[in-house]
Amino acid sequence: MSTLWARIEPLLARVQKPARYIGCEDGAITPRHDKLDGGDVVAWLLAYPDTYEIGLPNQGLQILYEILNERDDALAERTYAPWADLDHEMRAAGVPLFSVDTHRAAGEFDVLAFNLSSELVFTNVLNMIDLAGAPVRSAERDADDLFVLVGGHAAFNPEPLADFIDAAVLGEGEEVVSEITEVLRAWKAAGRSDRESVLRELSKIPGVYVPAMYEVTYEGEHIAAVQPRYPDVPATVDKRTVADLGEWPYPKHPLVPLTEVVHDRLSVEVFRGCTRGCRFCQAGMITRPVRERPAEQVRTMIREGLRSTGYDEVSLTSLSTADFSDIEPVVRGILDDAKEIPGACDTMTINLPSLRVDAFTVGLAGEVNNGRRSGLTFAPEGGSWRLRKVINKLITEEDLYGAVESAFSQGWTRMKLYFLTGLPTETDEDTLGIAELAKNCVAIGKRYTNRASVTVSLGGFVPKPHTPFQWFGQNTDEELRRKINMVREATRRMNGVNVKWHDPAATTAEGITSRGDRRIGRVIERVWREGGLFQEWGEHFDLDRWAAAMEAEGLSLDWYVFRHRDEHEILPWAHLTAGLHHDFLWGDWLDALAESGVEDCRWTPCYDCGVCTGYGIEHVVASPIAPAGGSQGTGQDLSHGGDVPVTLLPTRREPAGAST
Amino acid sequence: MKLRVRATKIGKVRFTSHRDAARMWERALRRAGLPVAFTEGFTPRPKISFGLALPTGAESIAEYVDIELQREIAAADVDLDTLPARLSDALPTGFDVLVAAEREPGVDSLQEAVTSCTWELWSPLLTAADHLDACRLLEPAELVLERERKGKRSADDVRPMILDLRPDPSGDRLVADLVTIGRALRPGELAELAYPHIDARDVRALRTHQWLDHDGMRHEVLALPADVDARTQWVLA
Repeated sequence: MSTLWARIEPLLARVQKPARYIGCEDGAITPRHDKLDGGDVVAWLLAYPDTYEIGLPNQGLQILYEILNERDDALAERTYAPWADLDHEMRAAGVPLFSVDTHRAAGEFDVLAFNLSSELVFTNVLNMIDLAGAPVRSAERDADDLFVLVGGHAAFNPEPLADFIDAAVLGEGEEVVSEITEVLRAWKAAGRSDRESVLRELSKIPGVYVPAMYEVTYEGEHIAAVQPRYPDVPATVDKRTVADLGEWPYPKHPLVPLTEVVHDRLSVEVFRGCTRGCRFCQAGMITRPVRERPAEQVRTMIREGLRSTGYDEVSLTSLSTADFSDIEPVVRGILDDAKEIPGACDTMTINLPSLRVDAFTVGLAGEVNNGRRSGLTFAPEGGSWRLRKVINKLITEEDLYGAVESAFSQGWTRMKLYFLTGLPTETDEDTLGIAELAKNCVAIGKRYTNRASVTVSLGGFVPKPHTPFQWFGQNTDEELRRKINMVREATRRMNGVNVKWHDPAATTAEGITSRGDRRIGRVIERVWREGGLFQEWGEHFDLDRWAAAMEAEGLSLDWYVFRHRDEHEILPWAHLTAGLHHDFLWGDWLDALAESGVEDCRWTPCYDCGVCTGYGIEHVVASPIAPAGGSQGTGQDLSHGGDVPVTLLPTRREPAGAST
Repeated sequence: MKLRVRATKIGKVRFTSHRDAARMWERALRRAGLPVAFTEGFTPRPKISFGLALPTGAESIAEYVDIELQREIAAADVDLDTLPARLSDALPTGFDVLVAAEREPGVDSLQEAVTSCTWELWSPLLTAADHLDACRLLEPAELVLERERKGKRSADDVRPMILDLRPDPSGDRLVADLVTIGRALRPGELAELAYPHIDARDVRALRTHQWLDHDGMRHEVLALPADVDARTQWVLA
């Protein structure tokens, strides 16, 4: 292997933000490429198919980067999507996709592994495979070409990418990357015979899905069957889950970028999984069960991390950080530790993303912000209690107003409220409820400050695979636009209420790939060839390109995006599972339509969703009782914490019909 | 006490911006455990200041940073001899602190004090003859450059901004002394004037000195000690 730096350097003088491409981060590992000379080392190029600013902070990629580099038989470097200007320069100069660590050509690695956190980056994946110099279609790659792998949340339905990837990894990567390394190492040692044999070996690793090992047959537009092509290929691929997060204290050496990135701070993951059961939330469904990191380990990782990185800000990440059992002692511990770092206690900020909507949480946020009151975000998601029961986000109006009152009284002046629009059973009354909530929040704020303002942020709902809403027909972009306009109209004269919204056209495009099947691959390829890159960036997105590609391939938006599915339809990801039983998901869908909520199962009896029982794992929580404060999103009075026993809301009523 | 340090920015990190470098310094000072003073107010910031911004893409062996330490720290508490190594260890590769000194009270800020800089320009696309030709820019009494800044086009006589041009001893580089007071001439702009036959983006620039004027004589802000050879630093690049 040799570096391309001398050829890259002149190009960087011609592009915006060249620091994106230089690497040099603190924590970056310069892999010992001499390991390669010794023998059968598997070289991974870990790729994030979006800009460096978005991709660098990604924790999954940083974790695998360290785990692979710790192995004697593997090395890993990183790459990110080059922005359009560099892409153009690279193609003109014949410079291939390169790693940012040692600036080596992608083609010198064995594996190009993408982290997929959303569907709109799929065209970037194709572009990066092409820039790497490999054929974009996996069937055209031979023994000397890269293996293209994908993982991450959006890999739970990899079917739209089936023609382009060699394998998808379902679930958590900590263990499986080593198993993949061992298979590839043995294959290289045996002289890199045909690709088919190694793909077949890979397909036997639990959690690894090799699309080429499965035959999909159709009956008209519908999928008739998905069948393994060999008897030793599993009929269903299960996700991977690490049982104990405490055994994986990664990243140990967090990457500190030299240029500004989206989350420019230390991140420490406090738990994985979420059992609040929000029905629209794919992350909550596919990452079960809850596994907390031991509080002492959290504190150590933060203390060491701050010392080694020089950051003065730390983010405790998870899907709902206030749910962490030991959140209060951990926060106090971090603040105590900061006193020992010169200068740090003056500026030290603890970030608690994904806050719950309750007063306890706001109190916590007040303690950790070092007097700063920049803005606070809550996510009620639905505009009425009825709709919040449908989506199982059981926040009462009292919870929200209590949280908002608590925030304004502690000095915050700006609040952001996140809502989804286009949810199942949503009526205009629900939509107008958003404006009403915002108005009441501002009214509460005005009692404390004249500057009180609330920003309503509206996102269009895209039904996701492996959730109870996977059968729901997405709202059209026209319908979403109508609802957004309704909220804008209703809030026009409301002093202090601002409305922001996500482009409904992008929501439709996301819908194409979210629940797409293998036939959508041709659409993705067409959009890419027409120049559709960075589709999650407003300035590059154009729905017409997607609509035209769908039409050219004879596929219908209506069928793929806006149509309701029924219980017996074979969904494109039916042979892939996050452990959730089909019956559980369908039952939960019926409960949703019946406006019936379910409790958080970490503190209440099991509903047998299938994950813990199926995989022989369980929740790892330090406290078996719910922490104090608000209703905890359960719709009940839990202000005294564990004193009030949690009871189940009635479930499983007769279903009402699905309606939009 | 107040400190002034002289540092490099060399190699791949030349592509980071002045703002990026400022953030790196903040983190490095925390990592080195230096008791930096903070501004008062709602969002306290460390009291550090930087001299003239180095254009993104240019390198330097003469970058200056002023650092104010907490009031209770006396000069005797800081070992200036070991400080360069201590800070270099905490900074990314390519940033090396060459020398550290106490900044006497009342000394002008870097922005105010520096009157000119010395640059070296070179490119694999240029020959010794090109550099000799470039020196002829000194001949005319007026040198008009059309340029745009903040959306405004203007035609400026930049000849007064050029104090001297000469080839370096090897002949492979152009050495330029450029005025920094008023609307300065950037090294990239000089490259456009000096080498009209190539793309100025292919010309590399290295800042080797920043100068102060005293009694009609120019002085380095912080001269390098005899045992520090900055040239060895940039050979690494």
